[in-house]
Amino acid sequence: MTLKECYGAIEGDYEGVIGRLRTERMVQKFVLKFLNDKSYELLVKSLDEGNYEEAFRASHTIKGVCQNLSFTKLYESSHRLTEALRAGYSAEVDGLFSQVKGDYQQTITAIQELQESVS
Amino acid sequence: MKQKILIADDSEMNRSILADMLEEEYDILEAEDGVEAIGILQKYETSISLLLLDIVMPNMDGFEVLVMMNKHKWIENIPVIMISSESAPAHVERAYGLGIVDFISRPFDALIVHRRVVNTILLYAKQKKLVGLVADQMYQKERQAGMMVDILGHIVEFRNGESGQHVLHIRTLTELLLEYMIHQDVGHGLTDLDIALISTASALHDIGKIVIPDEVLNKPGRLTQEEFAIMKNHTLVGAKMLDDLPFYQDEPLIRTAYEICRWHHERYDGRGYPDGLKGDEIPLSAQIVALADVYDALTSERVYKKAFSHEKAIHMILNGECGQFNPVLLQCLTDIAGTLEKEMHNSSKNAQRHIDKREMRNVAEEMFHREELTASERTLQLLEHERMKYSFFADMSEEVQFEYTVSPPMVMLFALGAKKLGLNEIILDPLRDEKVQAMSGGEGYGTLSDALRSTTPEQPIVKHDQEIWIDGEKRWMRIIARAMWSQEEPPRYTGTIGKVIDIHDERVRLDTLRQMASHDPLTGLFNRRYAEGRIKERLASRPDGRFALVIFDLDHFKQANDNYGHMFGDQVLGFMAEKLRQSIRGGDIPARVGGDEFLIFLEYKLDVETVIQRIFDSLIGQYEDFKISVSMGVAKTKDIGTDYDTLFHAADQALYTVKRSGRGRYCFYDESMRDMLSVISSIDNGGESDNDKESANGAAGKEGEQ
Repeated sequence: MTLKECYGAIEGDYEGVIGRLRTERMVQKFVLKFLNDKSYELLVKSLDEGNYEEAFRASHTIKGVCQNLSFTKLYESSHRLTEALRAGYSAEVDGLFSQVKGDYQQTITAIQELQESVS
Repeated sequence: MKQKILIADDSEMNRSILADMLEEEYDILEAEDGVEAIGILQKYETSISLLLLDIVMPNMDGFEVLVMMNKHKWIENIPVIMISSESAPAHVERAYGLGIVDFISRPFDALIVHRRVVNTILLYAKQKKLVGLVADQMYQKERQAGMMVDILGHIVEFRNGESGQHVLHIRTLTELLLEYMIHQDVGHGLTDLDIALISTASALHDIGKIVIPDEVLNKPGRLTQEEFAIMKNHTLVGAKMLDDLPFYQDEPLIRTAYEICRWHHERYDGRGYPDGLKGDEIPLSAQIVALADVYDALTSERVYKKAFSHEKAIHMILNGECGQFNPVLLQCLTDIAGTLEKEMHNSSKNAQRHIDKREMRNVAEEMFHREELTASERTLQLLEHERMKYSFFADMSEEVQFEYTVSPPMVMLFALGAKKLGLNEIILDPLRDEKVQAMSGGEGYGTLSDALRSTTPEQPIVKHDQEIWIDGEKRWMRIIARAMWSQEEPPRYTGTIGKVIDIHDERVRLDTLRQMASHDPLTGLFNRRYAEGRIKERLASRPDGRFALVIFDLDHFKQANDNYGHMFGDQVLGFMAEKLRQSIRGGDIPARVGGDEFLIFLEYKLDVETVIQRIFDSLIGQYEDFKISVSMGVAKTKDIGTDYDTLFHAADQALYTVKRSGRGRYCFYDESMRDMLSVISSIDNGGESDNDKESANGAAGKEGEQ
C-alpha cells in the first residue's frame, strides 16, 4: 500500500497534506506516528469516567492532529464531537462518539496496512 | 549557538510536526501544557527567541500562559505565535489583545509556519537593534542642538570677557528650580518637556548684548544713566532678533527664548525693565531665568565687582537687594539652597548633565512601547502597578508573603520571601513540588488546605501554626492566610493570599514556660498543682467514671539521703519517676506531690485491685545499693465520690494506715480510717506531718519544713 492509497482508504486529502507539509517522507513519518498517539485512548477513558472536560481536550487534540494530517473524515467527525463536548455532556455526544469510533478504526486499519507494506 | 524556540502543545504529534520543520535551524524546547511552558520560560527567560503556543491544553491553557507572560513582562521580549484550530474571532482577538504577534490556524502549511517563525525572530532582533539605534541618534542630535545653543549664548559672554560658565550656570540653576517646582507641585502644569525647553532657551537670555558697545558692556565702573539705557536695550534687541528670524517662528523654543530675552530683567513688583510688567504678567520662564541670572551674577566675579559667597548671594536676593521676585520662586530657591552650591559646581565640569545617554535610551524605548499601548495593555499596566506596590510593601515588611492560585496550581512569592525560604518566586504545582514538600518535614499541608477550604467568603481568614524546615532547621511558623472565594453562586475556592511569620523563638519560650508551670523539674512528672487541675477536669467531665487516686511514698527514703547524700536521693527519685511512667497507661495522670511522694490518678474498668497490684509490683526494685519499697494508699470515687479534696485526703489516710502498720504494701481506704491522720501536710487540710517524713529533695518538696 502506498501513502496515497492509504489516504484513499482513510478518506483523507492526499494532495492537500503534501501541499502543506511538502514531502512524502515527512507526511509518511507522521502518519505512522499517529498509531502511537494516545489521544483516542484518553477520549474513550474520559468519556467512560464521565470526565467531559478531559474528553473535550482529547477530542480537540484528535481533531487538531487530523486537521494537520488532512485525515478529512476523522477530522470532521472529531470536530463535531469536540464542539458538542465544549458545553459538557449532551444527548448527541454518544452518537457523535460512535461516528468518531468508526472513523478512527477505519483510519487506524489503513495506517496499519501502510506500516506493514513499508517495513 | 542556535536560537531557542519553545513549542507548547499538548499533542505530541503536533509538537513533533512543528519541531520537524524547525529543528534544523533552531533549538527546540517542548512543553506539553501551560504549566510546563511557564516553567521553561522561567528557566530560560529571554534566551528563548520565540514561543509557538497552542490554546487548548490541560492544567493551564494558552491564554493563561499569555497572562503570566504579561505579568512578568516576558511578552515584551519573547514573541508568541499562536497556533490553533480555535479560530473563532473572539479567541483570535483575545490572543492579539494579550500580545501575540501572529495567529496561525490549523491545518497549517509547513512553509508558512517556517517563514513566519523566521520573520518574527528577525523582526524582533531588528526591532531591538532599532531601539538602540534610534536612541543613539536622538542622543547625538539632542547633544548637538544643545551644543549649538550653548555656543551661541557663549559668543555673547565671550565679548563680555566672562569665562563662559555663565550660560551653563543659568541653565543648571533654571533646571534645578524647575525640577523642584514640579516636585513641589507649584509649577502650574509645567512638564518635563518644559524643563528641557526653558533651560535650553535660557542660554539665549543675553543674546541682545551682542549689539551693546564694548565700552558700555565692559565698563569697570558705575554706568551713567545714558549708558544704562543702552545696556537695558539688550532685552528688546534680543527679543527682536528672535522675532525677526525668518524661520522657526512657531517653534516653542523660539517663543520661550523670546519671553526670556525680553523679560528676564522684569521684577515682580513691576520695577524692572523694559516693559515694567508686574507679578504673573511676567512669563514664568522669564521669572525663573531672571532669578538664576541674579544668583549667578552675584556669585561670579565681574569687571565691576568681586564674587559674593553662596550664602551672601542668597541673603541678598531674599532681602530684595536685587529687586523683587515671585515669593513662590524665592521659597523654592531657599529650599534648594543647600544643594545648589554643589550642583552648580558639578555643572561646570559636566556640561551635558541633563542629557544622559542612558536616560535617552529609556526615552526611546518608552516611545517605542507607548505606541503599542492598547486598552488591555493599559489594564495590565495598572495590574503591574498594583503588583509593584504589593511587592514593595511585602519586601518592606520582611514577612514572607504569598499568593496561591488553584488553577493553575501555583504559588507566587515576593522576592524577599522567596530568598528567605530558598524557593523560586513562582512554584508550579506546589503540592507536588519536592522542595516545598520537604519543607513541611513530611507532614504536608493538608491541615492548612482543609482549613482554608472550609472557610466561608464571610470568614475567610485562617491562622495556622506549623513546623517548617528552613536551612536544615525546623522552625515554628505561623501562616495567616485568607481564602479567596469567587463572586459566583455558590462561591468557588480560587486560591489564597497570606503571609508566613516566624514565631519559633516566641513559641519555644512559651513552651518552656508552660512546661515549667506544669512540671516538676527534678522528675519531669506533673507537679501537684497541675495534676490537681487535670484530675478535677476529668472528674467533672465524667462523674460516673470509675476512678482511683493513688498516693505512695518511698520507704526509708531518709536513709538514702542520709547514707549517700542528696545527690543520690535525687537520682533515686528520678529512677522512681521513670519506673512510674512505665507502669501506668497513657490516660493515667502521674505526678510528684512532694519530697518522695507520688500520685497516680487512673481509670479502671472492672477490677481495680489487679491494676493496683500490677503498679505496686512494678515499682518495687533496687537502685544501686538502695532497696526500693513503697507504701501506697488508694481511694476510689466509687466509695468516696468525685470531690477531689475528699478523695485526696482519703488516699492520704489510707497511706498513713499502711505506714503505721509496717510499710511495704498498699491498701484501699475504708470507713475504719475515717479518723486517721494524714501523711502529707497538705495545703488543703493543714494536717500534721508524720514524724517519719523526710524530704529535702527537689523543688516540689517541702524544703524548710524540717
